[in-house]
This record gives sequence, C-alpha cells and structure tokens, in this order.
Amino acid sequence: MLNSEEFDKTLVIEEDLEPTDLEDAVDEPNRVLPAIEFRDVYLSFDDNTILNGISFTVRRGETKLILGRSGGGKSTIIRLILGLLKPDSGQILIDGEDVTVYDEREMMPVRQKIGMVFQEGALFDSLSVYENVAYRLIEQGLDSDEIDMEVRRMLQFVDLEEAIDKMPIELSGGMRRRVGIARALIGDPEIVLFDEPTAGLDPPTARTICELAIKLRDLQDVSSIFVTHEMNNVQYLSSEYATVNEDGQVVFEKEGEKLCLINTEVIMLRDGKIIFSGSDEQLRNTADPYIQKFIHGKT
Amino acid sequence: MNPFTKFLFELQEISLLLWSALTGVFRRPRYIPEIIRQMDIIGVGSLPIVLLTGFFTGGVLILQTFPTLEYYGIHNEAGRSVATSLIRELGPVLTALMVSGRIGSAISAELGSMVVSQQIDAMRALGTDPHKKLVAPRVLALIIMLPLLTVAADIFGIVGGGVSASYIFDQDLNVFLNSVRNGITSNDLLGGVIKPIFFGLIIGGIACHKGLSTTGGTVGVGRSTINAVVLSSIWVIIFDFFLAKAIQSILGVGII
Repeated sequence: MLNSEEFDKTLVIEEDLEPTDLEDAVDEPNRVLPAIEFRDVYLSFDDNTILNGISFTVRRGETKLILGRSGGGKSTIIRLILGLLKPDSGQILIDGEDVTVYDEREMMPVRQKIGMVFQEGALFDSLSVYENVAYRLIEQGLDSDEIDMEVRRMLQFVDLEEAIDKMPIELSGGMRRRVGIARALIGDPEIVLFDEPTAGLDPPTARTICELAIKLRDLQDVSSIFVTHEMNNVQYLSSEYATVNEDGQVVFEKEGEKLCLINTEVIMLRDGKIIFSGSDEQLRNTADPYIQKFIHGKT
Repeated sequence: MNPFTKFLFELQEISLLLWSALTGVFRRPRYIPEIIRQMDIIGVGSLPIVLLTGFFTGGVLILQTFPTLEYYGIHNEAGRSVATSLIRELGPVLTALMVSGRIGSAISAELGSMVVSQQIDAMRALGTDPHKKLVAPRVLALIIMLPLLTVAADIFGIVGGGVSASYIFDQDLNVFLNSVRNGITSNDLLGGVIKPIFFGLIIGGIACHKGLSTTGGTVGVGRSTINAVVLSSIWVIIFDFFLAKAIQSILGVGII
C-alpha cells in the first residue's frame, strides 16, 4: 500500500533500472532483487506434469496471490520455494540465490528467512502452543526471556494470548491456523508463504486470517505468496490495506482514489501453466471463459 | 520394479537415513534431552515386558530340557544350557523382537502421523533437520538401551530357569548357579551384548524409514506400522544368523 508520492517513487524505481540510480533511490541495495523468482520451472511426477514452465517474481513487500483449482500445482510452488521438492529443470531464486542447487544442509539458512503457514496449521501435537510458536527460536538457542517476549508478541499479533498454555488438540481449526501464523512469523522472516490458510474455515475466521496477511504486507513489509482457491481471499487482499489510525489502532480501509494498491498481484494456474498474471481488476475483466467460470464458481 | 531391485533401493534409503542421522549427531544443535527422553521411553518403558519374557523363557527352557538332561544323567548342567542359550541367542533375539513390536511400531506410527499431518514438512520449513531431531535420538537410544535390556532379560531368564529347576525339579539352587557360572565365558557375554547393538540399528533404521516414507493418509500410517514391525522382526532373525557366525569366527563363541 502506497500513498501517491510513494507510488510515483516506486514507478521511477521500476522504470529506470540503472544500478547507480537505484542505490540512490532506495536505502537497501538488496531491495531491487526480487524476494522470490521462478525461472522456467518444470516439475513432473512420473508422467504427470505438475508445473510446466512457470516463471514469475515476487517483489519485496509484495503479496502474490496464486489461484487455481485443487491439484493444480499451487502448493507445489510453495514446497519448491522451501526446497522440500526439487524441480526437474529451471531456477528458483530466493533473495537472488539459486536454491535449486542447494542440498538439505545449505537450505537450512534459506529456510530461516521464510515463514510457512500450512493448510491445517501443521502444529506439533506433542508441543504446547507456546512451544510451537517458540520452536524456531528454541532451535536457534536464544535466551529464554527473549523467547518468552517474542512468543507473547506473536500471540498478541494473532490475538491468541489466552491460548499460550494449551495443546494443539484443544484448539479450534481457526485457532490452529492462527497459531501456525504466529509460528511462521516468529523471528520476523522476510518472506511468508501461505498454503490455503483459510480452507475449511468459517467466513469471519477466514477474514481474520486475511487481515493478518494484510497487516504483514502493509505494516511489516513482508513479501508473501498466498495460495488459495477462494475468491473472497482475493477480494480482501487485493482491495484492502492496513493502516494505523490516530489512536494507534490497526484499521483496514478499502483502496480508492486516495491510495492505490500496487503490492498485490494475482496469478492463475491451469494444468501447470500460468494462464493469467495481473491485478484483481484485470482478472475480473478478463474474457477467458475458464477464468470467468472459476471466478463465478461454475464447473 | 522387481522385488530384488526394490529391496536394494530400500536398503540404500535406510543406509543413507542412518548415515545422515548418525553423522548429524556430532553437529550443533545437539538433542541430548531428546536422546535421554527416548532412552527412557525405549529402555524403562520396555523393561517390564522384557523382564517377563526373559523370566518365562528361562523357566520354559528348564521345563523342556531338564527331563532330557536327567535321562542322560547330566541334569547338573541344566544351568549351563539355560545360560548359554539365553546369553548367546534367546536373550538378544527375544528382546529385540519384543522391542521391535513395542518401539518399532510406535516410532513408525509417530513419524508416519507427523508426515501425513505435514509436521515433518513444518519442521524442515522451520530449519530443523528431521533426521537429526527425530531419527538420530531414536536410533541412538535403541543402540544404547537394547544391550542393557538384553542383559536384564538374560539375568531374569537365568532367575526364571533357577526358579523352575528348584521348584519343579527340586534341583539345589547352588548346583544350578554353579553350572551357570561354569558354563558362560566372557566372550559369551561380549557376543550377547554386541548383537543387540546391531539389532537396535536394524529396528531403528527400518522403523524410522517406514515412518518417514508414509504415504496415503491414516491408512498409510497403519501400513507403515505393520511393515516396520514385520520387516524389523524378520531382519533381526536373519541378521542374527550372520552375526552368530561372525561372532563364532571372531570370538570363538560356541566352538568346542
């Protein structure tokens, strides 16, 4: 989310790719590197082609919504980014590093800067909410006071402080997803991947999850991929932004004349290929009958 | 894929899994509390069933062999026959089979459930190596605890044999114990402790591999658990033959 002045500045950065000018224009030279980049990625299992020449980039602070039918390779993209799968060919770059050539040990530091929200939360059953959220920091050997402070901050972010001592089995589906988000966000990762985080949730809870993703995008400058097949999620994420009002509270507003959301884009997959890439308005106005059927829930 | 090729692939995967897990033990972070927790679950948790198995195996060995030994007039050597059978073969194998049933199934089911609920993926996504965090502590705990459990089973087996000889066949307990003492050598004891180390490796490797390669949801977890128990039990028995031969050749155990 940008105001008009920042919007103009971003356009200048995007249009003029001279390195020297870019360094002047932004504080961090790394900002010009995409957070995630797919270059002509192919993946198949036996004779079944899952991804067929996928290329896209996720800029810093951008949310990329990946739409598509179930089994269309959306979650596979996320697994490839994390190095849980390796592509048959093509390159996947995280912060400019080609992770396709990395082995399991080399992937570990890359994974440290990525937060992942799984479809069902994927919480560790044998650990409490506190231990689940603190997991990454405990593994890193941080001081217990620091861990405690961070865990409480994250649980406050997802509005689940009261569940700190509960076990995952005691939580509802929505609460599990929110704990999953808190666990993904601890350690302030630069990239967050959402794998259908609202699947099977009631609309208000799904809305809460989307609001968390919007807050991350607009208030914490996190780059993210949000895999979904629900059009409600697309509507929330591509038409609303989070801001802090005069009372210091986070509020969500619709984009309009005052502000234009340029940090959210939609891509749509079909049979392992990207058939659409652009804004939500462009998606809704496309003439492609497959996309129109998908948007309107027809088979 | 033909069964032999499949077997070779599985063997390769289990070997790589064990290699990756056990070499990871020397790198930070080290999961010492997890190793101790697994030792408690595997060792202390399995103690009652292992002791019971040992006690009644020793008892039944006397029950079956004493009349034959008595027929040949060598019933004073009953303690020796029980002790050598238990320490060389039955103690290690029966303990491994009991642990395979109890722990092999538990490991496979636990890891399998973690796979199907994406907990293993979550662990990797959070920057943790599951081989190091989950496999290594379990395999190490099995390697450490199985020899100790075997020793406990051997002792209770000899006690069971003594009780059986004394109460059923009215043999003097001192005669029985003397026969035990004269019958076993330090190489018997060494061989009896070496075997469970390998059995621990087999049970841990197969159970962890089967658990981590679970596919097909909860039905797959059940299938992995069954495969883990069946395969580890069979391989314990097969490997026992080759180990017995190797120990015989190297330590001279059982050669008169």
